[in-house]
Amino acid sequence: MSIKLNSKIPAGPLDDKWTRYRQEMKLVNPANKRKFDVIVVGTGLAGASAAATFGELGYNVKAFCFQDSPRRAHSIAAQGGINAAKNYRNDGDSVYRLFYDTIKGGDFRSREANVYRLAEVSVHIIDQCVAQGVPFAREYGGLLDNRSFGGAQVSRTFYARGQTGQQLLLGAYQALERQIHLGSVKMYPRTEMLDIVLIDGQAKGIIARDLVTGKIEAHSANAVVLATGGYGNVFFLSTNAKGCNVTATYRAFKKGALFANPCYTQIHPTCIPVSGDHQSKLTLMSESLRNDGRVWVPKKLGDNRHPGQIPDDARDYYLERKYPSYGNLAPRDIASRAAKQVCDEGRGVGPGGRGVYLDFSDAINRFGKHKIEERYGNLFEMYERITGENAYEQPMRIYPAVHYTMGGLWVDYELMSNIPGLFVIGEANFSDHGANRLGASALMQGLADGYFVLPQTIAGYFAGQKNGRYPNDHPEFRKAEEEARSRINKLLSIKGKRTVADFHRELGKLMWDDVGMARTEASLKQALKRIPEIRHEFWENVNVPGSASELNTALEYAGRVADFLEFAQLLAYDALEREESCGGHFREEYQTEDGEALRNDEKFSYVAAWEFKGVDQFPELTKEPLVYEEVRMTQRSYK
Amino acid sequence: MNLTLRIWRQKNANTPGEFVTYEAKDVSPDMSFLEMLDVVNEELMRRGEEPIAFDNDCREGICGMCSLMINGVPHGPLPQTATCQLHMRVYKDGDAITIEPWRAAPFPVIKDLIVDRSAFDRIIQSGGYVSVSTGGAPDGNTLPIPKDDADRAFDAAACIGCGACVAACKNASAVLFTSAKISHLALMPQGKVEQDRRVLKMVAQMDEEGFGACTNIGSCEAACPKGITLDNIARMNRLYLKASVKSGLE
Ligand SMILES: Cc1cc2nc3c(=O)[nH]c(=O)nc-3n(C[C@H](O)[C@H](O)[C@H](O)COP(=O)(O)OP(=O)(O)OC[C@H]3O[C@@H](n4cnc5c(N)ncnc54)[C@H](O)[C@@H]3O)c2cc1C
Ligand code: SF4
Ligand code: FES
Repeated sequence: MSIKLNSKIPAGPLDDKWTRYRQEMKLVNPANKRKFDVIVVGTGLAGASAAATFGELGYNVKAFCFQDSPRRAHSIAAQGGINAAKNYRNDGDSVYRLFYDTIKGGDFRSREANVYRLAEVSVHIIDQCVAQGVPFAREYGGLLDNRSFGGAQVSRTFYARGQTGQQLLLGAYQALERQIHLGSVKMYPRTEMLDIVLIDGQAKGIIARDLVTGKIEAHSANAVVLATGGYGNVFFLSTNAKGCNVTATYRAFKKGALFANPCYTQIHPTCIPVSGDHQSKLTLMSESLRNDGRVWVPKKLGDNRHPGQIPDDARDYYLERKYPSYGNLAPRDIASRAAKQVCDEGRGVGPGGRGVYLDFSDAINRFGKHKIEERYGNLFEMYERITGENAYEQPMRIYPAVHYTMGGLWVDYELMSNIPGLFVIGEANFSDHGANRLGASALMQGLADGYFVLPQTIAGYFAGQKNGRYPNDHPEFRKAEEEARSRINKLLSIKGKRTVADFHRELGKLMWDDVGMARTEASLKQALKRIPEIRHEFWENVNVPGSASELNTALEYAGRVADFLEFAQLLAYDALEREESCGGHFREEYQTEDGEALRNDEKFSYVAAWEFKGVDQFPELTKEPLVYEEVRMTQRSYK
Repeated sequence: MNLTLRIWRQKNANTPGEFVTYEAKDVSPDMSFLEMLDVVNEELMRRGEEPIAFDNDCREGICGMCSLMINGVPHGPLPQTATCQLHMRVYKDGDAITIEPWRAAPFPVIKDLIVDRSAFDRIIQSGGYVSVSTGGAPDGNTLPIPKDDADRAFDAAACIGCGACVAACKNASAVLFTSAKISHLALMPQGKVEQDRRVLKMVAQMDEEGFGACTNIGSCEAACPKGITLDNIARMNRLYLKASVKSGLE
């Protein structure tokens, strides 16, 4: 029997829902807040902002991260900026426009009510961050500067040089450290959640491993919040930090939480290509480079001349050719697929033929080297540091890479999963970006969830809660602890011949080739056959040295890869089931004559929420229909 | 290229460590320093041996998690480059490289090349923030801030909390790190309100953690991957003096 999903969208007009919700929601008496314990797993932008705010409100908080400090979460690496509908530029921006752009950018696969609330709350985020002392970029008059980002027609992106994520995270981190100092938050760094514990169907705590001592501990609470980020590393190579993983959300999935839209993965077109088998991660080059760089490959197969020696008429500026009006600025997914296509034809450049040129020579001739240096100096420097090549003298080489995952645990309007007491925020949930996320909107969503939405909605859950907290030696905790321990012992006892990274690399290559930028029924079926084979070999032939009762990086990694090896299957099932192309999900069978994504609104205008039915069993699908009351669905066109 | 690595191995905080020599074969100049270590580790694990433990996460020079003393220099030979961004093309065939953890009493070794830097978090806890709670903040443009101030605040706020400054200092002083946060906040009007309290508390915490005194040598600045400058220390000292005088008068 499939689960009935209630998205709990408040009634009333779209622009009034959040206000009405807050007017009508139940509150927790301030004196009682101390009695509620909240566990927050993950202290990136979403988790740190939530944990700090819970602390300020008077709840008792325990927060967890696997790094040595909350300041190091993956959010730190975000470069470009954060959107907010402030309309400081007087260029016609509004809450409605940000809402509409997000729905359209998500290719009409997200919930109207959630997205509208996100746009509404966005303006408060900037105010809050400014009050914390975040050093945003400013104009000479002293006001906040904005730029336009990712093809938006208005300037609504706030930024702090190329390090916006760092400055926002440090703001949230400092707010969190203040609460730690005041005693309302207890922080557990270098601690990894291994499982979630349910009692009578409600989330009541977690099992975590102290990564320094190896000790497995049960932590009990009235509610659990997962803010554990995205799963891009299922592809092995991505722009995510090395430690990013799916363990927390996948474990919750195995305990009954529904996983929504796992096939929506975003590929970013401008990353530095792979340089060899040793490659451990990929580095993003800001998209802004496409404002001045021209993308090309040689026209002829096997034209191995130095790029400078290939004359203009022997070059194929394929984005300009195929998309005359957008040219080099075509959207992320389109630019990525076009690059893959020319490389598949054998016209790619650089080692392994997986790269295309991004050429600045015209811009340098037109504006002078000085101007280009002023605009992109730090990026050219970073490129040279990694590749050893000078992009003022020869074109950069770029290639698409996995960057962000729109899918995640299913949540309702209150950001609660289908498991009572289990809340999910930030990149870990599926909520706001539909099939494709707009640039500068992930930071916005993480902070909206953490500072403004969840601290309000969680009160309703506590106010209505009957049984509170259980002691952490309750049999359910004991059982989960035992399971975690035996899984670790199993990993350590295999003593096979291959390393964890070997398996991860193999899985990643399979996912990238068959479940990556362009998917077909055949490629997905092939992946679904291969994934379990790789997983079975992993459990027979992996070698994890060391012991369980000490810091053991190989063991940590093994646990994460073991979960990726199951999760990958779920992602492929979802991609197979969605017989349409939309946003970051491209099925080759479903495209227009011009090779553009072809949605099928009649059949697939729903959220695909999957329920675990056992390893290697087909999960059960529940559909949450997407109803558009405010906007009309249209087909994107970038010709 | 082939390299000889002398690497510090230490089982845990309570066991003495030692240098162990490893040969790194067929190292590509395109590898990052950490990828070179990955390859050495893969080889070790294939033989069933424990990998060399080192901290890292973003691998793009921004999270501050990576560390490593490389031939006695924090983050290795390139200026303003964190270990994870260092690439092997700076080395040549036959080079010998010594790799150690940060050496400073307030950063005890946890295992191999991993140290405990939680002292930095406690310094921030003591006052490295603006005491505003969520909600109720005025509109972001209420208070204009001169661009130069915002830019200078950003320069100080760019610190990644890696601890190279401490590792570089013969006194294991944490003044560059602490003064960067104090400067960032003092340069913003939002942070000015609490600046006296902040500087007194953070400096006291720094001392309590056992970091040494600053003797103005400047090795911290040279080691810093983010270009944090010594004038932050001067600013912190000025603010500290002012705040101590004021608190003495009260
Ligand atoms: C290179 C790059 C640039 C980007 N630039 C932008 C940009 O300009 N604008 C934008 O809006 N977005 C950008 N993004 C996307 C954005 O950075 C992320 O989506 C966002 O920061 C995710 O935040 P989060 O809080 O959800 O998760 P994260 O920051 O990933 O934090 C996850 C947290 O969970 C913890 N954790 C995970 N698993 C466990 C576990 N099992 N146990 C304990 N703790 C756990 C981690 O320790 C960490 O604290 C960029 C992404 C990349 C890769
Ligand atoms: S001041 Fe520089 S060296 Fe010191 S912690 Fe900050 S970034 Fe690292
Ligand atoms: S690993 Fe993040 S700074 Fe080096």
